[in-house]
Amino acid sequence: MQLVVQEDRFDIGRETEGFIAGLAGAGAVVTFIGLVRDNGGRLSAMEIEHYPGMTERAIAAIMEEAKARWSLADAMVIHRHGRLGPDEPIMMVATAAIHRADAFAAAEFLMDYLKSRAPFWKKEIGADGTEWVAAKDSDEAALTRW
Amino acid sequence: MKIDVLYFAWVRERIGLPREKVETQAETVADLIAELCAREERYAYAFADLPALRVALDQELADFAAPLAGVREVAFFPPMTGG
Repeated sequence: MQLVVQEDRFDIGRETEGFIAGLAGAGAVVTFIGLVRDNGGRLSAMEIEHYPGMTERAIAAIMEEAKARWSLADAMVIHRHGRLGPDEPIMMVATAAIHRADAFAAAEFLMDYLKSRAPFWKKEIGADGTEWVAAKDSDEAALTRW
Repeated sequence: MKIDVLYFAWVRERIGLPREKVETQAETVADLIAELCAREERYAYAFADLPALRVALDQELADFAAPLAGVREVAFFPPMTGG
């Protein structure tokens, strides 16, 4: 299990290769990469604030929960903070399992929980000023399916 | 008792600082909020809409009725928007 919270951009290819290189006997890997939406070209940057300490604790707890629910060979979460440009990768989740069903389900579970239980806050900086991204009711509702 | 109080996102912006040490006798989170709101307008502004706020005690999510005994760090923030 690997958990990284960092400001720097990460290399998607290298992280994926590194994750796979550490596996033995897993038949399936699912990766998800979240990107900064450019809001139709109106976004100039996104600032991501987080709560150092709690961020790592919360993500580690979510990953432990995923490990308890599905038969995973490994899991990885990388999440950035700081100032990001449009279309830059914000975060990446990877899961590995013997069969794909576990890997897909665990990746979706991790994403749903990261969205509303990991202490990150996004602020959009654009042509029309700055605005904190509001949490959606649908994000909270997504947790009920687990 | 002295507690570290942390603020994030627009709560931080409304109050005007990221963290402070607060001397308080508050028994619960709700008591602490009431004390802060009585202090200055910027706190009342930040805590005006409680359902729009979340609280963590020593880095674990909690609720406003939670007791503060033994707690070292309280954080207030809007609902999280990770991922």
